[in-house]
Amino acid sequence: MTDLAALETAPSPRATPGQSIYVTSPEMKRRNAAETRFRAYGLVAIAVSLTMLAIMLFTILRDGSSTFFQAKLSFPVELSEKVLDPKGNRDPAEMAKVTTIGYAKVLASALLAELERQGIDLGELSDKEAAELISKDAPGGLRAMVLDNPALIGTTIDATVLAGGRIDGYLKGRVTMESAQLDSNISPEQLQLADRLRTAGILSSGWNWGFFTNPDASDQRPEAAGLGVALIGSAYLMALVALMCIPVGVAASIYLEEFAPKNRWTDAIEVNISNLAAVPSIVFGILGLAIFINFAGFPQSSSFVGALVISLMTLPTIIIATRAAICAVPPSIRDAALGVGASKMQTVFHNVLPLAMPGILTGTILGLATALGETAPLLLIGMVAFVDNYPGLPLEGVLDPATALPVQVYSWASRSDPAFIERSNGAIIVLLVFLVVMNVAAIWLRRRFERRW
Amino acid sequence: MSFTKLPTFKLAVSTVAILAASTVVASARDQVQVTGSSTVLPYATIVAEAFGENFDFPSPVVEGGGSGAGRKKLCEGVGENTVDIANSSSRIKQSDIDLCLANGVTEIMEVRFGYDGIVFASDVNGPEFALNPADVYNAIAETVVKDGALVANPHAQWAEFNAALPAQDILVLSPGTKHGTREVFDEKVIVQGCEDSGAMAAFAASGMDEDATEEACMKLRTDGRNVDIDGDYTETLARLDADKNAIGVFGLSFYQNNTDKLRVATMGGVVPSAETVASGDYPVSRPLYFYVKKAHLGVIPGLKEYIEFFVSDDVAGPDGPLAAYGLVSDPALAETQAMVAAETPMGPLE
Repeated sequence: MTDLAALETAPSPRATPGQSIYVTSPEMKRRNAAETRFRAYGLVAIAVSLTMLAIMLFTILRDGSSTFFQAKLSFPVELSEKVLDPKGNRDPAEMAKVTTIGYAKVLASALLAELERQGIDLGELSDKEAAELISKDAPGGLRAMVLDNPALIGTTIDATVLAGGRIDGYLKGRVTMESAQLDSNISPEQLQLADRLRTAGILSSGWNWGFFTNPDASDQRPEAAGLGVALIGSAYLMALVALMCIPVGVAASIYLEEFAPKNRWTDAIEVNISNLAAVPSIVFGILGLAIFINFAGFPQSSSFVGALVISLMTLPTIIIATRAAICAVPPSIRDAALGVGASKMQTVFHNVLPLAMPGILTGTILGLATALGETAPLLLIGMVAFVDNYPGLPLEGVLDPATALPVQVYSWASRSDPAFIERSNGAIIVLLVFLVVMNVAAIWLRRRFERRW
Repeated sequence: MSFTKLPTFKLAVSTVAILAASTVVASARDQVQVTGSSTVLPYATIVAEAFGENFDFPSPVVEGGGSGAGRKKLCEGVGENTVDIANSSSRIKQSDIDLCLANGVTEIMEVRFGYDGIVFASDVNGPEFALNPADVYNAIAETVVKDGALVANPHAQWAEFNAALPAQDILVLSPGTKHGTREVFDEKVIVQGCEDSGAMAAFAASGMDEDATEEACMKLRTDGRNVDIDGDYTETLARLDADKNAIGVFGLSFYQNNTDKLRVATMGGVVPSAETVASGDYPVSRPLYFYVKKAHLGVIPGLKEYIEFFVSDDVAGPDGPLAAYGLVSDPALAETQAMVAAETPMGPLE
């Protein structure tokens, strides 16, 4: 009984004998206070990160949401044969000699004629200044339309063309009378004319489909810049990365997890895969430039090379996620399958893999989502570029020059015209929507197919 | 579970098919590939876009990335997986030419298509600055002459060394060393200012030889009053927006597209504009070039047409779209056009 006696003589410092546990001791108070503080820290941490996120989303939406609306001018345009096909023989080669400069004059005189017809006063503006309200992109579009369909010559069409970037900015509130005073590209008189055109219904603002379909545009015509090429490029990238990464990644994971012997070699491979997942993406870009372009001779700026580089970068992530998913399938499933006589391969493909599929898909989609937002490796293989032509249809199209969504954000953000900042934010919104969709798909797949044990 | 049949093998097969197809198709390139200076980039994209609109060739693909990097890429070799044109805001160097020769790029055409002014600009609501090269030197050099002696730059405000300037804290956003702009900035502003302010004579008097003097002149202070901006002009503009005391260095065309935010400083009493740069009155300007790999002419479809279109009067002339964007057109454009038509490669550097 010496133990008991010892206990009685030396009571635990944590509990005073004979005292109710409902009475808080000073120590209890300290411990409770520590817990309250800890919870408060947690709340503050969450609040800080949520505020940051909210600020980021707010500024992006504030600066970018106006991208989805665009000022347009609608007026009848007479396509006179005298100007557009002087020889009158509808020979495509002859008609192609009329350049966009010629078409710009056609548009300008058509706008001025419409202003006169409606009795809209030009104020102190010259004809040239009034015509500057039309986007520099418009003549090119009109020329392509006429060359595609020469029957239009001699008719009068109702044209809807983009208004210039500063006019668009004026309707959106980015350009004001005060800023126009100092701006060498627009004058307050031109803005006043825009006001009169708006009242007359010639100038209007509408949903900006062009932002999703047009290719990039040069610095002089921010209003015409769109994500067309970037969306196709990103779609090709994602499809190719999925095609290349999923088979290789899943096969590698199955082998490593189910078949490979555990020895020094497989350990080394495992460590290397984990290390590769942490390599900065630009390194893969340098590798891609050296191997795929300089050595293998694949074309620069193509989504195919981009996909190869991004696949290298995504593969470790997918392997790690897949291995974790396969590992999470309980051994009892394997034992049962093997017990009823299935071969090792049948066990893997009939039992383990289907059960691991939700985890594999989630990991893959998250890996692809990271890849979608990647710019650094694309910089080195020439995808950060001005690409004005749509890439062709697959399969050859993947070898055509293309850009990608994050690349477009980056290159617009470094242009001098302030209208490109708005476009850049608009592109971020589109990119974010894609990422959200992919992440929601990942969550949905997990919820839908997940088995709990 | 619905995943009884796996798509894995089919996918693997299609990957192999794509790889096989690509090795076959990876031959003909049908668009011009351009890279180089980010100062020339906007001009090149304007030309590329108009070229695509008016010709049957696809628009060239234009990359930025810097003059030096662009020239290196041009000199990587001959062949369809190398670029055709390198844009450059400074003249090609002997080291580039040597690299080109080592890689089999023996003939390069040098095309000068215009000039770009380099301007100092501050916030539009701030005070006026009437600068001279000596003022810029006194503001941001590491060592300046004060009371007849060489001292580590003590100046904190512009008015300290030139009473005509505002009493405003010194903060200059200069172009970073990888910029083509930096070379002109060093040569036409800093070294000039070094000479004008008497620092060069003082360096020479202290026993330095010519090279050492120039090197000493180009050393800028590192106490935070001079900040090297390695990014684009948009970054300079953003910094200037954040600190209204700052004076940034911009390209003339960038300034002309942002006149509602920037107030330009005069240099030696001359207001920078296309006219003053063209006439040579405004001192800080530089020629803009692009370099064409001659071996690719006639191989890459549209290359010859693109460079001819680039230097045509409709594009690079004083009434063309490049001038409208801020390019100072080259008075000797006709010579360039003749050179391009004759496909004359450049001779050795003087």
